[in-house]
Amino acid sequence: MDLERRRHFGGDIVIGVIDYGIGNIGSILNMYRRLSIPAARAHDAKSIALADRLILPGVGAFDHAMNRLRALNLEQPLVENVLVRRKPVLGICLGMQILADGSEEGREAGLGWIAGRVKKFEFEAGSAAKIPNMGWRYVAKDAPHPLVDSLPTDPRFYFLHSYHLAPDDRSHRVLTFGYGGGIFVAGVAAGHIAGVQFHPEKSHRYGMELLRAFSKWNPGA
Amino acid sequence: MESRRVTDSGIGYREFRPRVIPVLLMRDRQLYKSTRFADHRYVGDPRNAVRIFNGKAVDELVLLDIGATARGAVEFDVLKEIAADAFMPLGYGGGIRTPDQARQILDIGFEKIILGTAAAEDPDLVTVIADLTGSSSTTVCIDVKRKLFRGARVTYRNADKTLSLRPAQFAKALEAAGAGELIVQSVDRDGTMTGYDIELIAEIADAVRIPVIALGGASSVADLCAAVAAGKAHAAAAGSMFVFQGPHRAVLISYPEDDVLIKSFGGGTEAFPAS
Repeated sequence: MDLERRRHFGGDIVIGVIDYGIGNIGSILNMYRRLSIPAARAHDAKSIALADRLILPGVGAFDHAMNRLRALNLEQPLVENVLVRRKPVLGICLGMQILADGSEEGREAGLGWIAGRVKKFEFEAGSAAKIPNMGWRYVAKDAPHPLVDSLPTDPRFYFLHSYHLAPDDRSHRVLTFGYGGGIFVAGVAAGHIAGVQFHPEKSHRYGMELLRAFSKWNPGA
Repeated sequence: MESRRVTDSGIGYREFRPRVIPVLLMRDRQLYKSTRFADHRYVGDPRNAVRIFNGKAVDELVLLDIGATARGAVEFDVLKEIAADAFMPLGYGGGIRTPDQARQILDIGFEKIILGTAAAEDPDLVTVIADLTGSSSTTVCIDVKRKLFRGARVTYRNADKTLSLRPAQFAKALEAAGAGELIVQSVDRDGTMTGYDIELIAEIADAVRIPVIALGGASSVADLCAAVAAGKAHAAAAGSMFVFQGPHRAVLISYPEDDVLIKSFGGGTEAFPAS
């Protein structure tokens, strides 16, 4: 198996990118390949257990993602590795949204690792803002955090989403962006659990810097 | 005009600016640039060009295989090599006829499926692909030609065939079918670098709620801005402008600096309409 071989040969920290048939994990692996950081698909309990840290990607509908995780028997291994063994995890796009308790988009419970709910965009009257939010947005660093401290001034990222995560605890906000007259959350972190709404794997050097920072992130116990 | 906003935490950040999208035309695994859909001129290797655009941190890139429909096949192996080097959103159009092909393109690492001839000949395919991949991944490219006595008409099969629908009618039908975004291309302006057909772009942008990308005729950053300001486009795309340089059209890949685009667009109108 790829992950086992990498560990055997390198002994490096290995990033497991959860493959549950939702989203473009090829681009994430391509970016880590460019960075010369070992990363591989994690598609079952064994490969998730072998990874030192995990990326949870995802595009599409909230319920579909949760149902896929459960149908593939990946929810329990994720809970075991993230909540019990406390491996750092980064959710990307829908993968960040399912870290929350639930979503206005669906009925399924989320993983519930970040207190809060995923909501539909609501804009000021007269706003010309479109749904989905598709394109590049400049983001603001809302709070100092090892995942974003190394980003240059005025970082910009590629977004593609129709819902946004509203964490209950404001101190979990790490990155924010403005859209349609409102301020929304672009990045969250609670202990060793983090997520970004945008696609770092499609955001050039900004995304590369963030993925590099995740590979080095040591959130502690 | 440099515009900054402040978050509710009092932190300043730069405002939105519209996307600027290079469009590359591929045929038999090589890049060409056409003029009015003819006179194809060789401009290089697609993998190399995408690598250069990647280095220039372009907002998004569109690759259209203009030989794929006639050939009846998609060059998945080339697309795979291209995606491996592209850390920006990628759109692909050319020869996609089945949901399975669309799925393969997305798996390779492209974000958007672009339908052209297929959408004109079989609008149901737009719905099938949007249902599978999501509307935001389903783009349709409308090629419009102005006819002497009949006004603007939708064309397909490399502008050889014409639909009876008016462009705005067709655009509305595509929106209803599930398209998440439209590229509006002027066949008459293609490769001419004489500016966009602003009237056409505005007519379609007014007819639909989904984002419209202007294509055909751009020669300068001022043209890109006009597509957004006067044309009401959501994004501006161009071919010649990004692959040719100077009056003799020497092949040289270029892309405006982010600062230049920010100053020229003067802050977005989409995210924060004038108050």
